[in-house]
Amino acid sequence: MSAPQLIDARGPRIMAIVTFFVLGLALLVHSTLLIVWQLLAFATAAIFTPPQGIYGRFYRAVIQPRLKGPVPSEDIRPPRFAALVGTVFATLALAGLAFGIKPLFTIATSFALAAAFLNGFFNYCLGCETYLLFVRLRNRHTPDYEI
Amino acid sequence: MQLGCTQLDCENLAMDSALVLAIVILAATAYGTWHKISRGKIKARNNHDAAFTSEELGSALGAQATLVQFSSAFCQPCRATSLILEQVVSKVPDVKHVEIDAESNLELVRRLNILSTPTTIFLDRTGKEVARAVGAPKRDQVINALNQLQQI
Repeated sequence: MSAPQLIDARGPRIMAIVTFFVLGLALLVHSTLLIVWQLLAFATAAIFTPPQGIYGRFYRAVIQPRLKGPVPSEDIRPPRFAALVGTVFATLALAGLAFGIKPLFTIATSFALAAAFLNGFFNYCLGCETYLLFVRLRNRHTPDYEI
Repeated sequence: MQLGCTQLDCENLAMDSALVLAIVILAATAYGTWHKISRGKIKARNNHDAAFTSEELGSALGAQATLVQFSSAFCQPCRATSLILEQVVSKVPDVKHVEIDAESNLELVRRLNILSTPTTIFLDRTGKEVARAVGAPKRDQVINALNQLQQI
C-alpha cells in the first residue's frame, strides 16, 4: 500500500468531541440550525479533507498552537471516511427535521452522536469496523464461502 | 436562535430528547468499553477450514509461522499493527509477516469470516489458522503467542 498522507492525530479527536457536543445539543432542542452547521462541518471535512474543514481550520488556528508535547501522527483517510459517514447521517437528520419525520431525525442524530462520542473519547475507528462490512455487502453477488 | 419548537412543547421535547441522549451516551460507553477490552486480544483457534495456500498468500509461508494481517484504507490501527508485526518478525526467526488488502481479496475475507480491520491471523508452519487477533495486538502478546506456537 502506498504511503499515506499523515496529519496531527489530536485534531480529529478534538473535532469529534466538538461534534459530540454540537449534535448532543441539536438532539436536545431539535435545532435545524445546529444540524445544518454540523452538516457543513462534516461535508467540508469529507470534501476538502479534515484539516481543511471548518473544525480543522479552527483546530489549527486556535487549539494546535497551544498544545505541547510530541505530535502523534495518523493517516488522513480514516477521519475523512468518518466525515463522509457523518455527512450522510447529518443529511438524514436534516431531512427528518425538514419533512417532519421525527424518528428519522432522532435515529440519524443518535447514530452520528454515538460515533462522534466513541471516536472522541474511545479513539474509535469507524472505518475499521464498518468499511469492510460495507464493501462485503456491496459485492455480495460474488460467490460466498461462509464457514 | 430558532429552536424549531414553541416554548411550551419545547419542555416536553427536551425531556424526551434528554432521555434519548442519556441512552445513546450509556450505550456508546458500554460498547466503547467492551470494544477497548476485546480489541487486540489474541484468541486461540483451531480452524482447519482456514488453511492458506502460498498462492492465496501471494508468497511462501514462514518456516515456523506466518502472521497474515488484513488491512484496509480507512483503518487507523492498521499502520500501527503493521509496524508492531514487522518489529516482531525481525526479532523472532522463521516467522513471516504478510499484509493483505482486505478490499481486493474479498473471497478470502469471506471464507475466513473477517469483519473488521486490522485482523491478524496466526498460521502454523502448514498454513493452518491457530490464532486470531481482531484489532491492533500488543507486541509482547504476539511474541508470547508465537512462543507457544513453536512449543507445539
